[in-house]
Order: sequence, then C-alpha cells, then structure tokens
Amino acid sequence: MYRDYLEPSWGLPQALLIALLAVPLLGAAVVALFPAARDRQARLVATGFATVTFLLTLAPAFSSRGEGWFAYGGRSTVPLLPWVEVDLDWVPSLGLDLHLGIDGISYPLIVLTGLLTALCCAYTVKKVPDGGSGRTLAALLLVLEVGVLGTFLALDLILFFLFFEVVLLPMYAVIAGWGGLARRAAARKFVLYTLAGSVLLLLGVLIVVTGAGTGDLVTLTGAAELSRNTQYAVFALLAVAFAIKAPLWPLHTWLPDAHTEAPTVGSVILAGVLLKMGTYGLIRVGVGVAPLGAAWAAPALGVLAVVAIIAGALICLRQTELKRLIAYSSVGHMGFVLLGIATLSVTGIQAALLGNVAHGLITGLLFFLAGTIKDRTGTGSLNQLSGLRETAPRLAGLVGFAAVASLGLPGLAGFWGEAFAVVAAVQRGGPLWTTLAVIAAIGGALTAAYFLRLLRRLTHGLPTPSVTSAPAGISGIEWLAWAPLVLLTLAVGVAPALIIGDTLQPLTTLLGVAR
Amino acid sequence: MRSQAVDHIALLPLYAAAGTAILALLVDLFVARRTAIVVSTLAGALTTAAAALVVGTWDATFCTTGGCSWIPTQPAAVAAALFAALTAGVLGLSAPALREGAVPVGEFCFLLACSMTGGVTVAYAGDLLTLIVGLETLTLPLYILVGLRRYVPFARPSIRPAEASLTFFLVSVISTAVALLGLALVFAATGVVHLSRLAPAPAPFTALGGVGAALLVIGLAFKVAAVPLHAWAPATYDGAPIPIAAYLSTASKLGGILALAAVAARLDTGAVLSALAVLTMTVGNLVALRQTRMVRLLAWSSIAQAGYILAALAMGAPGVPAALSYAVFFVILELIAFGVVAALRPAGRVAREAVALAAPTPTDTDGGTLNDYRGLAHQHRWLGAAMIVALSGLAGLPPGLAGLFAKVTVVGALIAEGWTWLAVIVVINAVIALAYYVRVGALLYTYPRSPGIPVVDPALLYDITHPRFPVPRPLTATLLITAAAAILLGFAPQLLFNAFS
Repeated sequence: MYRDYLEPSWGLPQALLIALLAVPLLGAAVVALFPAARDRQARLVATGFATVTFLLTLAPAFSSRGEGWFAYGGRSTVPLLPWVEVDLDWVPSLGLDLHLGIDGISYPLIVLTGLLTALCCAYTVKKVPDGGSGRTLAALLLVLEVGVLGTFLALDLILFFLFFEVVLLPMYAVIAGWGGLARRAAARKFVLYTLAGSVLLLLGVLIVVTGAGTGDLVTLTGAAELSRNTQYAVFALLAVAFAIKAPLWPLHTWLPDAHTEAPTVGSVILAGVLLKMGTYGLIRVGVGVAPLGAAWAAPALGVLAVVAIIAGALICLRQTELKRLIAYSSVGHMGFVLLGIATLSVTGIQAALLGNVAHGLITGLLFFLAGTIKDRTGTGSLNQLSGLRETAPRLAGLVGFAAVASLGLPGLAGFWGEAFAVVAAVQRGGPLWTTLAVIAAIGGALTAAYFLRLLRRLTHGLPTPSVTSAPAGISGIEWLAWAPLVLLTLAVGVAPALIIGDTLQPLTTLLGVAR
Repeated sequence: MRSQAVDHIALLPLYAAAGTAILALLVDLFVARRTAIVVSTLAGALTTAAAALVVGTWDATFCTTGGCSWIPTQPAAVAAALFAALTAGVLGLSAPALREGAVPVGEFCFLLACSMTGGVTVAYAGDLLTLIVGLETLTLPLYILVGLRRYVPFARPSIRPAEASLTFFLVSVISTAVALLGLALVFAATGVVHLSRLAPAPAPFTALGGVGAALLVIGLAFKVAAVPLHAWAPATYDGAPIPIAAYLSTASKLGGILALAAVAARLDTGAVLSALAVLTMTVGNLVALRQTRMVRLLAWSSIAQAGYILAALAMGAPGVPAALSYAVFFVILELIAFGVVAALRPAGRVAREAVALAAPTPTDTDGGTLNDYRGLAHQHRWLGAAMIVALSGLAGLPPGLAGLFAKVTVVGALIAEGWTWLAVIVVINAVIALAYYVRVGALLYTYPRSPGIPVVDPALLYDITHPRFPVPRPLTATLLITAAAAILLGFAPQLLFNAFS
C-alpha cells in the first residue's frame, strides 16, 4: 500500500539508524577488551563512544520529516509514518525483520537515553563503585544502551521483544557486581521479576504475530487486524508485562531494593531509561496493537495508577532511606504517567510522554545527588543526615532544585506531565475519571509534602557528624554530569513543546480506533 | 526373494563413521601412539560430517515395497553431520584426560566412533527397526565409556563410575525392551514399520496401536531422560568423566529426540508427550534449583531443556522443525557449558592442588561442587565469557541469542498450533530456570570469602592464592569453534531453520 510509494531507499538516515545500535555495541566490545592496567583509558574511550552515540541521536531532528500524508488504500486513519526507517530481513522463519524507525513518540526517549548513558559513562571516569573493574561497568552501560535504544527504535514486535530482553542480564550484572551490601538478593529479585514480565511479553507478542500474520508495527498500529477477544487477551498480557517494568503498583516491589542496592550510575540508568521501556511499550505496543483491549482495560489501569500515586506518596512520607525514598517516588511518578496513558486521549498520552522524559531527567539527577551524598557521608539514612546546606551549600542547592522539580513546581519539567495527566482524566469525564483525577491531584499534593519533608531533614537543621566530615565541593566531572540535567529540566519546563512537538500525528494514528 | 539394490553413495556417511571406528582400532594396534589414534579418529569424524553434507539429499536405499530404510534428506544430513561434529568436539574435550592416561586411548576412540556410527544411523533411519538399532548402537558403547577410567595420582578412586555405568546400563536395557514392545504392538496394529507409511492404526486396532505408540514413546523418553523416566541421568552424568557426560547430554540426547520426532510426527502421541513435557520441565527446573554439584546441576538443567523439546514434539508433525531447531541450539550451548567445566577442572591439577594444600583425604576430581568454581572467571576471562554465553543461552536470554531464538521458536510454534496452555507452562519454566543459571553465572565472578580476615584487595589475594593454570590447546580449540558456532547461529538462525524446513 503506502509503503510501495515510500519504499525507503538505502541512504544516510538508514545508516544512521544502524549506527545508533552499532556504535555502542562496538564501544562495549572495544572497552571490554582493554587490559586491566589501562582501566582509566578504557573508561574514557567508553565515554567517547557514548558521546558519539548521543550526537548521533541528535541528528534525526535535522532530517526531513513528515514525508507527506500518503494515506492510500482503504484505511480510515493515517498510517504510522516514521521520520526515518530501515527495514531488513533477519529471520524470515520467525517473521523477524530488522525494522527500525524514529517518530515523534520515540524520539525524545532516544535522545534521553543517549544523554543519560553519556553522562553515566563520564561519571564512571572519576568514580568507580567498589566491586569490579571500571571498564567492565562502562562496557555494561554501553550494552544497556544498545538494548534500550533498540527497544525505542524497533518497529517489529519480535525485534522489540528481543531488545527488551537485552537489558536484563547487563542490569543484573551492574547491580550484583557494583551494588551495596544486599546486592545479590536485590539483583536476583530484579532479574526474576523482569523476566517474568518479559515472558508475558513474549506470549503477547507471539499471539499478535500468529493472529495478524505480521509483526510489523507500522501495519499493526491502529488497524484492527485482531479480533476483539484476542485484543483483550493480548492487552492483558502486555499490560502486566509492561506494568512490571514500569513498574505499576502492586508489581513494583522489585524496584526499591534494586534502586537502593544499585550503584549510582545503575540507579540513574534504571530510573532514567529502563523504566521508560515499560511505559513506552504500553503506548506503542499495548495501545497501538490492541486498541480495543486498551479501551477495555483502561478503567482498571487508571485505578491502579491512582493507587500507585497515593501508595507511593504515603510510603515516601514514612521513608528514612534516601535512595529508597527516591525509588518509591518513582512509583508515584510512574503512576501519573500510567494515568495519562489510561485516559487514552491525545492529551493524556502527551502528558505521559512529558512525564516520562521529565522523570528521566529529574530522577536521574536525584539519584546522582543521592549517590554522591551516600558516597561522601557513608550513609543514606535520613536520621544521620541533616544540615547539608551548612557544610555543602552547592550540593544542598542542587538537591533542593531537583526535589522541587520532582514535586511538580510549574515552570520546571515535572509539572506538565502530572498536571496534564489530571487534566486528561477530567476531560475524559464521568464519575470514575473525575474521582481518579481528584485523588491523583491529592497525590500530587502528598508528593510535595514528602519532598519538602526530605528537604527539611536533609538540608536544614544542625549538621550531623557524618555530614560535617564529608567533603563539600563539587568536582568538574560532577558538574559536567549534572549540568545538562539541570538545564534540560528548566528547558522542558519552559518549553514542553520540545518533547511533544511532533506527537500529534503519530498519537492520532495510535488512538485512531480507541477514540 | 530378490535382493535389494544398495546405493553406496547414500551410505557414504555410514561407511565413513564405521570406517572411523575400525581405523581407530587398527591404528591402536599397529601404531599405538596416542596422538596418531586421536588424530585419525578426529579426521574420521570430520570426514563423516563432510560426507553427510556432501551427499546431502540423495536417493533412498534399502527399499522394499512400501518404503525405504535409509533416507538421505536435508535434515537427516544436518543431523548426521552434527553427530560427527559432536563426536569431534567430545574428543577435543577428552584430550587432556587422554594425555594424563585417565582413559585407555585406543578403546576410548573406538567406542566413541562406534557411538557416532549409531548416531548417523538414527539420523538416516527410514523404519522403526533401523531407528532402534541405530539408537542402541549409539548407546551401547556409552555403558562402557561411562565407567572406563583410571585415576591420576592422589585422586580418590570411587565406585561412582561403576555405579553410574551399571545404572545407565540397566535402565537403558529396560527402556529398549519397552520401546521394542511398543514397536511390536504398533506393527501388530498397523502392519507397517516404515516411517513413510506409519500412521495411527485403523478401526478395530486403534486402542492397540495407541498403547503401542505410548509404549514406544515411553521407551524412547528414557533416552532423553524425561521425567518420570529420568532418575538415571543425574547419577550417570555425575559419575561419568566430564567429556562423556557432555556426550550423553548432547549426542545421546539428540539421538533420543530424533527417534521421538520420527514417531511423534506420525502417530498420535500428543497426550503422552505433553504430560511428559510438563512434568519434565517443571521437575527438572525445580530440582535444579537445589543442586550443589556442578555436573548434577547441568544434568537437571538438561532434563528441563528436554522438556521444552518434548513440548514442541507434543504438537506432532508441525512441531518437529521447532523441536529439531531447539535441539541443535541446545546441544551447541550444552557442549560449551561442559567444555568450560572440563577446562576449569583438569583432573591432574585438582589432584595436585589437593596435595599442595595437604588435604586429609584424596580429592574428588570430577565436576566438583559449585563452590569449587567461585571466582574462576577472574582467572580465565574467556572461559568465563564462554560460560556466560552458554548459561544465558540455556536461559534463553541475550547475549546467548541462539537460546533466545530457540525459545521463541518453540513458544511461537506452540501458539501457532493452538497449544497456548503449554506455551504458558514453558515460559513460566523459563523464569524458574533463570534463577539457577544466574546463580552459577554470578558465582563464577564472586571472590571467595576469606575466613575472618578483612582484606583490602580481594582480587590481589585471590590472584596470589589461585595461580593461573593453562587450558590445554585441544580444549581451547573445541571451545572456540563451538562458541563461534553458537554466536553465528545467534545472529543468523535462519541458516538452521532453512536446514530443517
């Protein structure tokens, strides 16, 4: 059909897509082969590869996009039109194509992934957590980047599943190799939980591929190729799979342990991009492939999302461990994102995409800061930390900025996603959605409460001995790693169109049947 | 009675395999040098593989009215070549043991080549009798190989190999008897033995044919160690020398799977096979969780893996390509895992280390406990990496892409044929299995706890207390080739799917 007119020729954009995966993979191989004596050089090389990848992720923004509105054939909706795509045969017997593409929904997340990986690699140059060699950690970060970028790029269901699985063992290794005291149990819990999610994804994906006869997301999106009952079953499987990854209450219990035990860079990558695979998958695959199923399950999803918001906030109010608190705050933030998705409206999903990116930036920053505080003071317990602003005013200022951004102050990135998730729920109307909107708004207020409590205990008051003895300054590499996050939090807060500028058309396609 | 026309080109792989066995025997007799025997056997195995691939699809031979007994098809050629390659691989793994004199070389090579001949026969068999004769030829030399060993100095002699050998022998004989009874009943009900005409029995004999098919499947299920017919496997694997355990878990299992595939594709055995599959994977994985000895853990994991293959076979003919593809991915990964175990536990070094540490009792030179592997990946980075590829592949996760495609193939086939419930059980088992694969993988990278003394740099202490030891060259070569095959199939699984489609 329309693809006959738009058969992508093999050119620079296609090479770019392949390079986005090939560069970090090559980097990982090169870095892993460095001899032990050249550990620091290896980490620098890893940073180089990650930076090149980040620069490559910026390139598609300048490519010619929107090739036109070729809506040939009898389809009621405009087909999904990626800005750039490449489609190669890989394993015809399994119906697996190497079909990659970028559109407005995935692009912000791709840039975010490139950015956070580059920052984390740079961070490892200065500080390698105890447990293993720095070059192995850097190589694992690059492998993680391949998996995450692949998930966001994939336009083939089986390919999507494959990349979804790629991150599993490297993340396990990062937690188990470089984590805190209880790292083994936390890593095992993480890997078993997530594998349970991804086998459900496998079932869902294969049911779709068998039922529709194709795994091509461009063909499947918005088009009712599957029967109603198949869509219900598929959406149920996919929703649970992605809810584990996101994570959505009550499947979130792996998250606090994993975050608490993971090394700083592991937490940043986990919160910043790995969780996004769940929400992105729910939008792209769940809603896109099984719109009837999504419509059917939306109320349940909305209720769970709101429970997650409230539960996350209440748990955070009682939390005394710094990293654990931030981890539980992720549960609440992801609750807002899922509420946005559950409304199945363009506004709601735009809010979800904004919330995704904002959470990646802000929580990434928070984990960097929490990791630094924990490293310097030797404790993460709020009982032993107070008066940070007396001894380390700059660090305290950054924590204050990140906390205020995270609680959703207007003008910073966190505001838009949460506010518009509530707005979308109100717009959806009806007693259920209005109630959900009200409760979510109350949850937003609770979020403010626990972040202010965090600030009061951490930065105000008299310095404790552990805080006094900690070094106060912020090194150059730390500024380098944190400044982009601070600036982008401001930028997205002022101009959210940066993220959702080109999402209207793909989202209309995605929601074509559901509305 | 007229004599059958025999097409000798079709039989070329068989001639090469049997010739290898005779060659090994003659070289042992006339040259009597270890290297010469091993090299000639290796050359014979490689020739067999080449012959199978070159002959490829050919005219069937040993034909009577109704069918042929020797059918060279594309899948058969691939399977025969795989048998030969596995034999060559196991020979490579045994090289250190042969050098240390732990096994008499001539006998070892002769028996291994005999077993390969059986495997080739199974691959090409066109009737049930040839199939069972091939399977017996494959298994018979293994009874001896399991128990055939001498002990390096200061290794603890034990009766475990003898026990293992005897258990294996008794169970195998009984299983063959059951399979033959099943075969007889099938023949009585249908009047055919040729696979090309084999079909469920017609009206008055349906029940008889069903019982026969079930007995046949049960008899063959012993060979793949399907639960509840699995009890011999862990004891036998653990008692056998590691390369022979590798052979049992790869070539011998492949033979059982090919035989089961031949039967399952033509007779109605879905009920028996699906019950066996569910039991096999669930029990295999759950028991593997509790294992503390390396080879036993691999044995239980290989039982569980057989369950996934049985699940594919339960579908009948449509499941056969998926089952065979899975089996090929599985045997390659399994050979890597056993190869790494053999490389990390050279009998001579283990015994010498025990002497050096003044161990009070002679030491156990087999696979050892899981704790014996703690931190070994730090000494041998490449062996560690190979083990990670093997274990992640068996768990069905990247970087073991071959295993991921194997899992996708089986689950995809199950869903496509409407066996969704079985697919659900398969994926639940994949989660259980990951728990122990991850445990072993992580153990390889964990520094041992030093008793009571806080250590600043555990890596340094470990390097001092654990001197590096070289990995024998044949072992390295075997592992390199196998790992290359696993990685190639991971990126281009279509090569394999083409061979079995």
